[in-house]
Amino acid sequence: MPTAVEVRDLKAWFGKTEALHGINITVESNHATAVIGPSGCGKSTFVRCLNRMHETIPEARAEGQVKVGGMDIYDAPAVDVRRKIGMVFQKPNPFPSMSIYDNVAAGLKLNGTSNRKTLDEVVERSLRQAALWEEVKDVLKKKSGASLSGGQQQRLCIARALAVDPEVMLMDEPASALDPISTAKIEDLIFELKQKLTIVIVTHNMQQASRVAEYTGFFLMGHLVEFDRTEKIFTNPSDKRTEDYITGRFG
Amino acid sequence: MTRIRFHQELDDLKHRILAMAGMAEQAIDLSVQAYSQRDAALCQRVLNNESAINRAEREVDEFAIDLLAMQQPMAVDLRFILAVIKINADLERVGDQAVNIAQRVLNMIELPASDLPVDIPDMATKVRAMVRDALRSFIEGDTELARHVLEGDDEIDRMNHEAFASLSRHMQSEPGSAAQALDALSVARNLERVADHATNIAEDVIFWVRGADVRHGAGQSLAGS
Repeated sequence: MPTAVEVRDLKAWFGKTEALHGINITVESNHATAVIGPSGCGKSTFVRCLNRMHETIPEARAEGQVKVGGMDIYDAPAVDVRRKIGMVFQKPNPFPSMSIYDNVAAGLKLNGTSNRKTLDEVVERSLRQAALWEEVKDVLKKKSGASLSGGQQQRLCIARALAVDPEVMLMDEPASALDPISTAKIEDLIFELKQKLTIVIVTHNMQQASRVAEYTGFFLMGHLVEFDRTEKIFTNPSDKRTEDYITGRFG
Repeated sequence: MTRIRFHQELDDLKHRILAMAGMAEQAIDLSVQAYSQRDAALCQRVLNNESAINRAEREVDEFAIDLLAMQQPMAVDLRFILAVIKINADLERVGDQAVNIAQRVLNMIELPASDLPVDIPDMATKVRAMVRDALRSFIEGDTELARHVLEGDDEIDRMNHEAFASLSRHMQSEPGSAAQALDALSVARNLERVADHATNIAEDVIFWVRGADVRHGAGQSLAGS
């Protein structure tokens, strides 16, 4: 399989504290890769480095190489990077004062697209991809994003990210604030989205990782301890630290 | 250490399967003793104990399935529970073989004693050692001992074939004791199957501890490493 994201010797700091100690990882195209590990292990910092979100925090910086589709993201404008690599967060964050339609169209409008027909097409396509279209098609411009349920808001945020046609979608615990039904919808969605793009998902829920991801990386204290096929990680990991963590003997 | 309750339940599951193993092992011991001593009372004890083994099998399975459903075990814990479920089935089959032997011995007791060209007690001693070692490998998580059990199966197969050949010849030359020879042949075949179950248990121990599937000769190099 072709490579979607190539990470070489990635280090990240918060001030003088080194949070990631030289991560090397190859993420395959059109697959989901899960990132697991205990709180504070650096997994969220890692994914935030993949679209240069990490550096938006004061005194935070990163070093190393992250290539997406052959482009070194630290040599490219951050705006271009974030267009190519979308992100969905733990807590859904729709623009509260905007309608559902405008939430999805926001990224396109920022990029200069103003053609109404194009916007309509992209909004519908993105909402369909995010499995939200049927639920909101009649209230697109009447309802605000904030009026939707938590699960719908999260899918709206996914639709918003999809609207700019990213190659990679980063998901930082996208279902941890959702009920089981909404969680299942997000997981089904991940399966659908993999046909078109590559997903890197941070999760505390190991069953979720095992359900949605073909590959899993285990982080501990800023190190990538183990990276392998998900079934290998969850049935017969190579490193004892991984086994201790996933069987609950760690911590 | 986290998931304390889950790990206590895994210990509980281990104690339950070991209690079941004790019953199955005792059933084989009693049936072999009954053969040597032509003792109908021992046979009856084996037959009476079968329902307890069957009940224990259901209880172990139920407990294991609950753990799978409720705790979503991972890695070594998942392999342990899967191994227990399979070992449980093998132990129940060991109990069945003991019952088969006891029934054959009851037949033999009805007939005059006959000097048969087969050393059932010797075969039984080796089979019981295999069962004991397989269970010890499970208790101690000892894959070397489990591998030793796998190696013992060939000898039992050979003894079973020899028993078949010599008892077949005996039936032709001494047709008057053919019925006793047939019963002895059946006892030998049941012992050979007990050895197969011990082998299965040893394979499950290797799977649990090392994550290696060595069934049907697979993973020989790994098993030997």
